[in-house]
Amino acid sequence: MNTLPIILWVAIPYASIAVFIVGHMWRYRYDKFGWTTRSSQTYENRLLRWGSPMFHLGILMVLAGHVVGLLIPREWLYAIGISEETYHFGATTLGTLAAALTLTGFAILIYRRRTVGPVFLATTTMDKVMYVFLGATMLFGTLATIVFQVFGSGFQYRETISPWIRSILGFQPQPELMADVPLLFQLHVLTAFALFALWPFTRLVHVFSAPVGYLFRPYIVYRSRDDGRGAQAPQRGWEAIKTPDPDRLHKL
Amino acid sequence: MKVMAQMSMIMNLDKCIGCHTCSVTCKQAWTNRTGVEYVWFNNVETRPGVGYPRGYEDQEKWGGGWVRTKRGRLKLRSGGRLAKLARIFSNPTLPEIQDYYEPWTYDYDMLLNAPKGQQVPVARPKSLLTGKNMKISWSANWDDNLGGSLETMQDDPILKKMSEEVKAEFEKAFMFYLPRICEHCLNPSCVASCPSGAMYKRAEDGIVLVDQDQCRGWRMCVSGCPYKKVYFNHRTGKAEKCTMCYPRIEVGLPTVCSETCVGRLRYLGLVFYDADRVAEAAAVEDDKALLQAQRDIILDPHDPEVIEAARREGIPDDWIEGAQRSPIWKLMQYEVALPLHPEYRTMPMVWYIPPLSPVVDVVTGSGNDGEDARTLFAAIDKLRIPIAYLAELFTAGDIGPVDAALRRLAAMRSYMRGISIDNERDERIPNAVGMTGTQMEEMYRLLAIAKYEERYVIPSAHNEQAHELEEMACSLDFDGGPGMGGAGPFGSSSGPAVPVAVENFHILADRQTADRPSTPGRVNLMNWDGNGSADGLFPPTAGPVRKTGKRKDPS
Ligand code: SF4
Ligand code: SF4
Repeated sequence: MNTLPIILWVAIPYASIAVFIVGHMWRYRYDKFGWTTRSSQTYENRLLRWGSPMFHLGILMVLAGHVVGLLIPREWLYAIGISEETYHFGATTLGTLAAALTLTGFAILIYRRRTVGPVFLATTTMDKVMYVFLGATMLFGTLATIVFQVFGSGFQYRETISPWIRSILGFQPQPELMADVPLLFQLHVLTAFALFALWPFTRLVHVFSAPVGYLFRPYIVYRSRDDGRGAQAPQRGWEAIKTPDPDRLHKL
Repeated sequence: MKVMAQMSMIMNLDKCIGCHTCSVTCKQAWTNRTGVEYVWFNNVETRPGVGYPRGYEDQEKWGGGWVRTKRGRLKLRSGGRLAKLARIFSNPTLPEIQDYYEPWTYDYDMLLNAPKGQQVPVARPKSLLTGKNMKISWSANWDDNLGGSLETMQDDPILKKMSEEVKAEFEKAFMFYLPRICEHCLNPSCVASCPSGAMYKRAEDGIVLVDQDQCRGWRMCVSGCPYKKVYFNHRTGKAEKCTMCYPRIEVGLPTVCSETCVGRLRYLGLVFYDADRVAEAAAVEDDKALLQAQRDIILDPHDPEVIEAARREGIPDDWIEGAQRSPIWKLMQYEVALPLHPEYRTMPMVWYIPPLSPVVDVVTGSGNDGEDARTLFAAIDKLRIPIAYLAELFTAGDIGPVDAALRRLAAMRSYMRGISIDNERDERIPNAVGMTGTQMEEMYRLLAIAKYEERYVIPSAHNEQAHELEEMACSLDFDGGPGMGGAGPFGSSSGPAVPVAVENFHILADRQTADRPSTPGRVNLMNWDGNGSADGLFPPTAGPVRKTGKRKDPS
């Protein structure tokens, strides 16, 4: 078999997934303090008030769409009565709506980032790189949807991309499934995997801090002085007092 | 009954001269860093005035604190858990930097380094957010001493509640200073608002802290606190707040603001309270009953039952003894101390002794005897406007307790004058305000001449736990070693946790060398701590130095 498909559709995805997982573990251990949204709302709220909720809600819808479209085999959906036509119609309309929301929000946020002085100054290089890949992924995804799903006859990604993703996740990679996928979809997939590899090193880590626990914990949190120590091990020379080892005393 | 200890503070407003020493020393100790330029853990406001941030007391606008629902339960004013999560992408009640002020510095070095020209060089203000020239139009105490108050005074949320005629009268009649720190509330709405659970109340001493490793920058605490005493570090993206100088408190030292207070008006000590009854007390129906409800859950540390219960909770004996000697407990007993804005229902634990001096000023100003009990009582009765204002601050508008506290202070003034000048103890005076002469003298001692050890009764954290204290190891050899704490790869201060002291050390060093908008790499003398000679303290020599010591002209 050709090596290029193997590199593109087996090696790159696995490498990116590995970096994603190991990267997050490393970042969490090394840099808990840097693990934040780094919100810039205090600098500017007029644009953010619109852009941020649009982008975030849109991207959450996009995420949900991808889970349904990629991870759930279509036979399962048939079984609960969602036919090919219903799915296609639903996915295309909702998907387009979500894409419009996300892209508009993204555009507002990028405009804000460039034009509002303090926000621009607070933008790191890593942020900029991340925006390029995030933007590219969203752009290719939207273009592919518009070209093939909205105006085209509809590309059956649930026969190709979806089983391929599941084959990757199931450790039985089938790169041949990706061979005839249109270029826009291929680019969307590749930029997405590049983004996954970057993910742990950007502010995107805040996705994994979505504070769901807030719904279930009591309002007031008490902590003892002793267990509030976070990542810090006891300082050298300040370990807890232990009773001396009698054997060592004998040797003296 | 669940006894918990709370480290709390009382400030005697009569003695505050508005010198801002507390604010400045606090800033030098804790917020002398990029990202927190605008942050004042301690600030001193002139009242009447708008406070800091501007108009923070207007909870209709900022949505801080708790409200009581019709069913008698407490609810966060800006919405419960689901509402908070729904607004997480853009928090509608978050103050913007402009509500505080845009931080700035001056390009001082221009005064020395400007090229020869027609004009005298000036140091222009440079924004610390954009680095550009800026026009300074607001700051943390812009209306200090009622400066410009005619323009801003109508924005004072307290005055807004009072009538028009009051506003006009006010400036002539009344002015005092209100130093504020975090209240370390018993029912902290900041903690309740934090989606990540990064904020917590320390079980041992009730100090409210932000876990910097767990904070994810959701900013809900900033809106949640009605006193606006949680700030957002705009560089690190984390919340920061007054820590009650916990590293000092742990070793038995008072906070920096107390230690350096010029008026010596701050008192620090423990109180015991019944944690089981906090929620109930914070939810009493009438706002005006909140003060009494809070007084009721504070426990008498001499009561054998309380002592027994405290021991059961594992409170060590020296802490119980500390609570018994606590100046806070005593001042609360005299009922001269009042909480700030109890109507926010957070059960604040920094209390204030309301100022009598405005009353005295009016009395003496009109040619009367400012130390005569009857004249003072009459004046208190007559000066309804200032007293109503104090009541809006300290008792949710209930005149009674403010009145009582001022009467006791007035009685003390005149009783003590009797003792020291006429050498007579007129017991009628203390009796008129429900105290005995001995009590009054004790109160006088505590308010007027108490020494350091009496003002600050701080039992240190326990020796057997010393190895766990954050600040005990202040050498530089911790895991990771020196050199951490600068700008990491993921933005300001990323990287592993460093002890607080080390972090400040590096930050100070950075500030001394990096805070130069126009000539980076040179020391800013404003930030130089006077120790040693930092790199860049002297300008680089421009060319080879001749034997004579004169510099060669570079051209
Ligand atoms: S005053 Fe302090 S403890 Fe109280 S709500 Fe505000 S930040 Fe929290
Ligand atoms: S140092 Fe003391 S006297 Fe000076 S402003 Fe602060 S509280 Fe008032």
